[in-house]
Amino acid sequence: MKNTKVVDLRQDTPEDVWKQEYRNQLPDEKPIHNRSGIEIKPLYTPADWDDSKYEEKLGYPGQLPMTRGIYATMHRGKVWSQRQLIGFGTPEDYNQRLRKLLDAGNTAISLIPCNSVYRGYDIDEVDPKLLGTCGVMVNTVDDMDRCFQDVDIKSLSTAMNDPLPFTLLALLLAVARKRGVDWVHVSGTSNQSDYISHYVANHMFYRLSLEGSRRVLVDHIAFCQEHVPHWNPLSIVGQHMQQAGATPAEAMAFTLATGIQYAEDCIARGMDPNKFLERFTFFFDISISFFEEIAKCRAGRRIWQKIARERFGAHNPKVWRFKFHGQTSGVDLTRQEPLNNIARVTIQAMAGVFTGLQSMHTDSYDEVLSAPTEEAARIAVATQNIIREEAHCADVIDPLAGSYYIESLTDQMEEKILDIITKIDDAGGMFKAVEKGMIQNWIGHSAMRFQETIESGEQTIVGVNKYALDDESVSAKPLERPDTTIVENQLDTLEKYKTNRNRSDYNNAISRLQQAAQDETQNVYGAIVQAICSGVTHGEVVHQIRQELGFGQPQTTI
Amino acid sequence: MSLPEHYRPKVIVTKIGLDGHDRGSRIVATMLRDSGMEVVYTPPWQSISDVVRLAEEEDADVIGISSLATDHLLIPDLLDALRKSDLAHIGVIVGGIIPEEDENELLELGVSRVFHPGSTLKEISSYVQSLAIEVRANSLKNWESQNHEEH
Repeated sequence: MKNTKVVDLRQDTPEDVWKQEYRNQLPDEKPIHNRSGIEIKPLYTPADWDDSKYEEKLGYPGQLPMTRGIYATMHRGKVWSQRQLIGFGTPEDYNQRLRKLLDAGNTAISLIPCNSVYRGYDIDEVDPKLLGTCGVMVNTVDDMDRCFQDVDIKSLSTAMNDPLPFTLLALLLAVARKRGVDWVHVSGTSNQSDYISHYVANHMFYRLSLEGSRRVLVDHIAFCQEHVPHWNPLSIVGQHMQQAGATPAEAMAFTLATGIQYAEDCIARGMDPNKFLERFTFFFDISISFFEEIAKCRAGRRIWQKIARERFGAHNPKVWRFKFHGQTSGVDLTRQEPLNNIARVTIQAMAGVFTGLQSMHTDSYDEVLSAPTEEAARIAVATQNIIREEAHCADVIDPLAGSYYIESLTDQMEEKILDIITKIDDAGGMFKAVEKGMIQNWIGHSAMRFQETIESGEQTIVGVNKYALDDESVSAKPLERPDTTIVENQLDTLEKYKTNRNRSDYNNAISRLQQAAQDETQNVYGAIVQAICSGVTHGEVVHQIRQELGFGQPQTTI
Repeated sequence: MSLPEHYRPKVIVTKIGLDGHDRGSRIVATMLRDSGMEVVYTPPWQSISDVVRLAEEEDADVIGISSLATDHLLIPDLLDALRKSDLAHIGVIVGGIIPEEDENELLELGVSRVFHPGSTLKEISSYVQSLAIEVRANSLKNWESQNHEEH
């Protein structure tokens, strides 16, 4: 028997051999988790995902289950809109920058007002030191008219950073009326219309009580549906929650749960989901956790169509589409070695493109130092163009589909997201969960946990907790400040506006606004638009609405 | 009179001005509390007089101001207001997005330290601990010397 070899019939498969080898070489390896807490394996194989589930899980772009995209042609048919944020100084400054963008061929523009506007004040109600540093000072119909001077409103799609009660859209509608432009031709999106996200995650935009907000939003959606049909009255913002600390899976789940809440509120008002859902849009943060972000949005698309069909019985295929804007995550950017942020934004933006988003904003590398400079904003736009036209990242629709890793991760993210939505349903829905403080605590907890992974070194931040330079010199650019005389002029203009307007028109408008707010059967947003058209200013409207519908401090426990 | 061995600092964490980005202030406040300090945390948008009143009522050692969107431009006014209310001994620290030239100005005007993004919680809490002890020890010393003169 000397020459006989003993043959083991239970021969190891190549997979077994690989596993053995891997374990032998890395016996002490610690498990790795993504930000949503899913364990990431070193290798994915057909055991994790196989093509037999193709039709059920993926399908084709523009078709159920929408995983691969909401349109048949995706970025080949329509490049995502490159929407950079603009807003600085006076209406004239804004108009100048806007026209430069329009001359360069942009049609998708944005309007970022001054922080005082976000807080619901006219500029004469705040410390002048804070004016005009972060956005355009716009309070009156005349201001808005100057913002869009020599610009054809019909040719634009405007993203208004316009929290409740949507005074900026009212100002734009008043300008349109003045110029004889039918509101049917006014198009764009009410960004910052998602009061729930403001209440739980971004107090920058928080203006009304939670209950008051609930009513104003539904009135606004109803008003736009009837009078401004090409306006998207609602953008549901997962970005705030993720920036405030929610994990990608949590941010997606909270956003979908918020969408469910708003849809239920509209249905309770007697509106038809086959109509109003078509105008729901979403807005997400794209962090540097590359594969996780792609899986997050693919899973989100798959879940939303199911919600639209199964929860709301929507049969209009247009409302199954999960339309979203993405913004690269500012939280990932570092003050140390700020030029490294260009690399970070590139990776985030590539993830954004691979998610199949409809429009994107790329952050400027210097945002962490001050409001972005023009040069940095140019680089941010160029980054998108390089990704699309030099690197050809957008040539193929949903190019990572079929990857064992991406598909397995998409399934796992979907499961995690659905799990969180169930928890919120159990709490009585998003509105109730927010009233109870459940979501706020959740986000706070996750923010803390992420910070701990940075401090422990588990999560590397280059130049901060690893590869840090000894020399901590930072090339911070000074803050761009508007000329104080410009601020004074703008204050004078406002004062003149207030003294020159017709007193009795103003008084009538205010009392009509009060009546509409007190009477639940009236559309309070219609009254707001009327008031603005009659010369009431932004700050005066917010003041009245706060008085009638209440202002509650958002929950700020720690 | 001397400070107890494990002096427990009293810290106000707040935001003045118009901005409401409060992830940073919430994390810092939570961490200071969890490290054993007595923390008074406020919602954003406090006025300067609110902060001064709170500091006086709470007998604070340190005020931490978080600023991410140019609200730091109001800090010189806060320092003035503290001085006018005889509260100049309170340590003021700032965290957030502060351009370098503004940081230098703030430090010259009396801010003890500016923390930028990337600062660790440990760094912040150990600084606050030592600043609070310094503030408290100084005010005790002042009190003792005044008392001494009077008698």
